[in-house]
Amino acid sequence: MAEVIKIKKGLDIRMNGQAELIYVKAPRARTYAIKPGDWHGLTPKIIPKLCDEVKVGTPIFYDKYHPEIKFTSPVSGILSSINRGERRRIIEVVLEDDGKDTAETFMQGDPSEMKREQIVENLLNSGLWPLIRRRPYTVIAKTDEVPKSIFISAFDTAPLAPDFDFLLKDSEADFQWGVNALRRLTEGKVHLNLDGRYPSVRTLSDIKGVEVNRFSGPHPAGNVGIQIHKLDPINKGEVIWVVQPQDVIAIGRLFKTGKYDPSVVVALTGARVEKPQYYRTIRGTEVAPILENQLKEGDNRVISGNVLQGKQIDAEKGYVGCFDSQVTVIREGNYHELFGWILPGFKKMSVARSFASRWLTPRRKFDMDTNYHGGKRPFVMTGEYEKVLPMDIYPMQLLKAILVNDIDKMEQLGIYELDEEDLALCEFVCTSKTPVTKILRDGLKALRKEMEE
Amino acid sequence: MSLRRFVDKIKPPFEKGGKLHMFLAGFEAIETFLFVPDKVTTGRVHIRDANDMKRSLILVMIAMVPALLFGIWNTGFHHFQALGEAAGFWQMVWFGFLKILPIFIVSYVVGLGIEIAFAQWRNEEVAEGYFVSGMLIPLVMPADVPLWMVAVATVFAVVIGKEVFGGTGMNILNPALVARAFLFFAYPSQMSGDKVWIAGLTDGTGVIDGYSGATILGQAAQNTSSFVNGLGEAYTTWDMFLGTIPGSIGETSTLAILIGAAILILTGVGSWKIIFSVFAGGAVMGVLLNLFAVNAFMALPFWEHLLLGGFAFGAVYMATDPVTAAQTERGKWIYGFLIGFLAILIRVLNPAYPEGVMLAILLMNVFAPLIDHYIIEANIKKRLKRAKVIAT
Repeated sequence: MAEVIKIKKGLDIRMNGQAELIYVKAPRARTYAIKPGDWHGLTPKIIPKLCDEVKVGTPIFYDKYHPEIKFTSPVSGILSSINRGERRRIIEVVLEDDGKDTAETFMQGDPSEMKREQIVENLLNSGLWPLIRRRPYTVIAKTDEVPKSIFISAFDTAPLAPDFDFLLKDSEADFQWGVNALRRLTEGKVHLNLDGRYPSVRTLSDIKGVEVNRFSGPHPAGNVGIQIHKLDPINKGEVIWVVQPQDVIAIGRLFKTGKYDPSVVVALTGARVEKPQYYRTIRGTEVAPILENQLKEGDNRVISGNVLQGKQIDAEKGYVGCFDSQVTVIREGNYHELFGWILPGFKKMSVARSFASRWLTPRRKFDMDTNYHGGKRPFVMTGEYEKVLPMDIYPMQLLKAILVNDIDKMEQLGIYELDEEDLALCEFVCTSKTPVTKILRDGLKALRKEMEE
Repeated sequence: MSLRRFVDKIKPPFEKGGKLHMFLAGFEAIETFLFVPDKVTTGRVHIRDANDMKRSLILVMIAMVPALLFGIWNTGFHHFQALGEAAGFWQMVWFGFLKILPIFIVSYVVGLGIEIAFAQWRNEEVAEGYFVSGMLIPLVMPADVPLWMVAVATVFAVVIGKEVFGGTGMNILNPALVARAFLFFAYPSQMSGDKVWIAGLTDGTGVIDGYSGATILGQAAQNTSSFVNGLGEAYTTWDMFLGTIPGSIGETSTLAILIGAAILILTGVGSWKIIFSVFAGGAVMGVLLNLFAVNAFMALPFWEHLLLGGFAFGAVYMATDPVTAAQTERGKWIYGFLIGFLAILIRVLNPAYPEGVMLAILLMNVFAPLIDHYIIEANIKKRLKRAKVIAT
């Protein structure tokens, strides 16, 4: 067995509201949605008209600049509405479920015996291709490029993250099929990264055809970006693909059954949830059926994803994002606190050693809220980011390079290796309250524009 | 909460379009002093660490309190010693307090006034940087400094030392050191010599005949090998450590400064790497000089160097200023070491200027970006090398 790669830097944010290891079948939702915003830099072109009938796997929209990349319906029913935001940007394409689950059929068969082109074609037609994303930039993979390797991170260290071993239980066979398909897409390795903190008896350690790596340490050890940095760092001009474990299973089932299986498991977590647990549901589900009778009274924020990189959604009308295996509910922090900046802070979560909680109750779990805890300031404190980023990268200098739009410096300082989720902890700890991840995304956007257009 | 209601009630005129909008920055400074704002996160990072700039910088101020308290007593102690009067503990403290309070008031009123005006002009919130500078400036002044000089130095420090670079976080030089250096070069007679360090000595009324206010460093620069106080009694190493010697208000007590250092290091606000490496650099230079000791000053034991003048004060409170120090962790070692090394070098080998710490820190402030540059360049080279290996 491979050695465990120990990650030393980072931070586990201890929060209340971990999901109990119980599966619940979520009540069927009335509507489901695909949100183009789940993919960076995507311009969707809608195919069916409003009220057109669709089946599971019917294309709903495609990428304007890559028409071969299609996005398909997770349910059968009708295209019921297209919700737009500012400048008519499409926020959600909503599908009304008829409960019949009639499905389109696609190619079926053992991917190990297929040609690369056949696999790519099958993934494109079924709408599963967009589940494969490429680094740098974390955008949809290009069909005509061969990545130097493919990474699957099979554990998550983010706050209240779901237990992937539990999530993936009993799906090993489908996972193996999915891996078989992915193996044909790269000439390099397929890396399957497991949590090194647990013994090796866990679910995915017997998967064949992959390089199994084990990581241990605090968040962000589970981030695929950190794992890439340690095993096969991205240099200028190189491409790595990443796929999430539940998506590997969907790919496996496509080849096994010839159908798009949109079922996923989502963990409902957070201190504002009555009974945090796991739900079997369908990709892009309305969040309302999951939250039913589960929200505590008060001003809550519902987040599709985790507290470090999720998106705020509406408790009644929101939809779970395509890549999210977690819904988190925390309290809104819209309150004033008298002299809060100087009080000892017995109940405050902080990495700073100036809080009493850090000394007296180091293992305490907190009910974190969304308060900003201060105002935005210029960069003053140094060395904070470096403590929570286990990469050989200088984040502060990189951010400054982005702020002055110095493309060369960004490349030199390793921007290709980063995604927002990797710097989310830097933003969390920042004393100056700098919007770190937004700056990084702006930098990635600028770079992508410069390099690829 | 009634205070909150009061603040909410008087707030509207300060907001955009209100009659008092020109005072918004000042109002906000007071409001955020009273209350942590109710602002919530809007990006994808939904939670934030409870720490903020106010808390971090207030901790630096708290770390300076031991040095300040000792300075208050020490000012009174030396004053009464020079007059030859017996005075009780509280009498000394009261004298020192009255002597130092006006310097503080001038520093904060002038400095904060300029800060708030600039914040208003730039349409930003007032950054807390001046909390610390405003306390550092009085602590590095002699007790007898004229108040108008403090005001002029503060204006110079805040405007030329900081705001012209873009304000807090953008400055190259430590503002408090700029204030001190400005006075040193502009008004040398009031900032150096044998008289300024003890309250009342420049004026001279009632002072014992022949009483000398020379600092130990001043005496050492004359190459005397034994140091005496104003009454001709010998100083011990213990006096130097406790700080019962003449000097700037907050600089003399190494003990008080070490308590401050402990606060900074335990709360994680100050970089222990810098503090440690400044002392290490000073010790190394001190040992080197001892080896080649051709005169009495060079023979001064290296540990006494670390206790004298502004060395400890500079190491703990000024070299650690995160804005003007090296910003890479590796760079902090080099930066600190060179400060200590150069401080003793300048102190001993430059006869015109026995206090080298100030110049050493200012010099390294200027070089800190260069140190960082080389550290980061090494990181870049590593990345380029890696790319080549894979390409071939």
